[in-house]
Amino acid sequence: MDGLDTGDTAWMLASTALVLLMTPGLAFFYGGMVRSKSVLNMMMMSLSAMGLVGILWALYGYSMAFGNDVGAGLVGNPFEAWGLKGLFVGSYTGDAISYPLSGTIPALVFVSFQATFAIITVALVSGAVADRMKFGAWLLFAGIWATIVYFPVAHWVFAFSNESSGVVGGWIANNLAAIDFAGGTAVHINAGSAALALVLVLGKRRGWPRESMRPHNLPFVMLGAGLLWFGWFGFNAGSALGANGIAGFAMINTVVATCAAMLGWLITEKVRDGKPTSLGAASGIVAGLVAITPSCSSISPMGAILLGLIAGVVCALAVGLKFRFGFDDSLDVVGVHLVGGIIGTVLIGFLADPGSPAGVAGLFYGGGVDQLWRQVVGAVAVLLYSFTISYVIALVVKAIMGLRVDAEDEVTGIDEAEHAESAYDFSTLRSIGGSGTPRPDAAPPAAAAPIPAHASKES
Amino acid sequence: MKLVTAIVKPFVLEDVKGALEQIGVLGMTVSEVQGYGRQKGHTEVYRGAEYSVDFVPKVRVEVVADDTLADKVVDAIVESARTGKIGDGKVWVTPVDSVIRVRTGERGSDAV
Repeated sequence: MDGLDTGDTAWMLASTALVLLMTPGLAFFYGGMVRSKSVLNMMMMSLSAMGLVGILWALYGYSMAFGNDVGAGLVGNPFEAWGLKGLFVGSYTGDAISYPLSGTIPALVFVSFQATFAIITVALVSGAVADRMKFGAWLLFAGIWATIVYFPVAHWVFAFSNESSGVVGGWIANNLAAIDFAGGTAVHINAGSAALALVLVLGKRRGWPRESMRPHNLPFVMLGAGLLWFGWFGFNAGSALGANGIAGFAMINTVVATCAAMLGWLITEKVRDGKPTSLGAASGIVAGLVAITPSCSSISPMGAILLGLIAGVVCALAVGLKFRFGFDDSLDVVGVHLVGGIIGTVLIGFLADPGSPAGVAGLFYGGGVDQLWRQVVGAVAVLLYSFTISYVIALVVKAIMGLRVDAEDEVTGIDEAEHAESAYDFSTLRSIGGSGTPRPDAAPPAAAAPIPAHASKES
Repeated sequence: MKLVTAIVKPFVLEDVKGALEQIGVLGMTVSEVQGYGRQKGHTEVYRGAEYSVDFVPKVRVEVVADDTLADKVVDAIVESARTGKIGDGKVWVTPVDSVIRVRTGERGSDAV
């Protein structure tokens, strides 16, 4: 079949799986940072984004992001590929193999790959609202936000016009020509701005910042950071949409920028606080990954090291902003994703190397401010749109069903209140009776028959 | 009979147990506890935000002993638990009205 490249297809199938793994990775990254009484809710906000956004993407999300533009580069036609129609009918076997392609890969592979981006972007927002947001309110917010913020913004940034097929894409990618290879604006600035808007409406946790809200499981955080880095190779190198030199270029930049950012964060901590921390290492990894996301195709590996270092240092300082301004962005979605996304997007204007695949010269390479202003406009546009619309969505959801759990539930723990579960059962009293006995009106599960109290003494 | 209760640093527990066995103590109850005295807690830093952790982990050792043995128990614990640094803990002695062994129903000294 003409046009299909099996090598590209194989890499994109793998990349899709890699990026999907980032969301459970994020669940661990976030889950370890909250207190033990709310870890399940924290992880469920990420996992539920997989369930919800994956479906919306297939119904109309893909069409809104990558369908033919309905005007001014703002959004794709949601009805064009409603339910993925037109993307799968063909002949898959025999002599006349023919089915819809997207570039050199099957269209459905591209749909799947991009679905994972929509999922993780929504999940990223949840880090700001730890411990206190009603699960139903989160789902409603997430569904509306994906629909009127992420899908259009993905169209702006990721949908390139195709002259041969006549498909028109989004304004940032085509008219503005800002460089955002894998989603510094569409994913990170977008999620960070939404997180800021949502916490301003939601309010701070009870006792914040007076009470200690220490991470309950730092090994989880480090596990999550590792899974995120692993999956991010699919995110960045996969955004080349093929197994090619651009993917390789994005790959090495995703390695070195992240290394540099981790070191930058740790050095900042050593100088400021006296000790380099494991949470700092994990956070530095994510800050570096965020910053290299838009820029991995347009700056040299040495530029990527500089970029990573800057991102690590600046994000380590930026996470203190919430205390100065008094907004409880619980897990620093603003300090890491919004700030890191801006650094990565805007520094392209300075560091863009004409020898890189993007082939654009930034200010430091004699390109003047031409690319810089495009980067700034792209970043600011996404920030303002996402913040404003997210704020309105939060107000609407608050009016419909309220955003917060009861004060008592928040103090007792949102896991019990919203999910009727607790993450850890270390008490032997609980497992042999006590508070863990079956309710008398519940059907007795055969496997969980109560052990006679004297059983151990008979032996 | 006396109940000797000691709050000591977790890492000296093996030494305390050994010292008590030396003087013929046959049983003890140990629990992990948290608290603070003059030592106070410590400071932890998460993403630049400082938290003071007031309660530090300690081990509580409880031994019921005959009146004649109680002083030796106290001495053994104090000797084996002492590092000379702040935070070594406390030992106190309280009178016990009666002790009953559950298996046999023995009472008093026989039950210890």
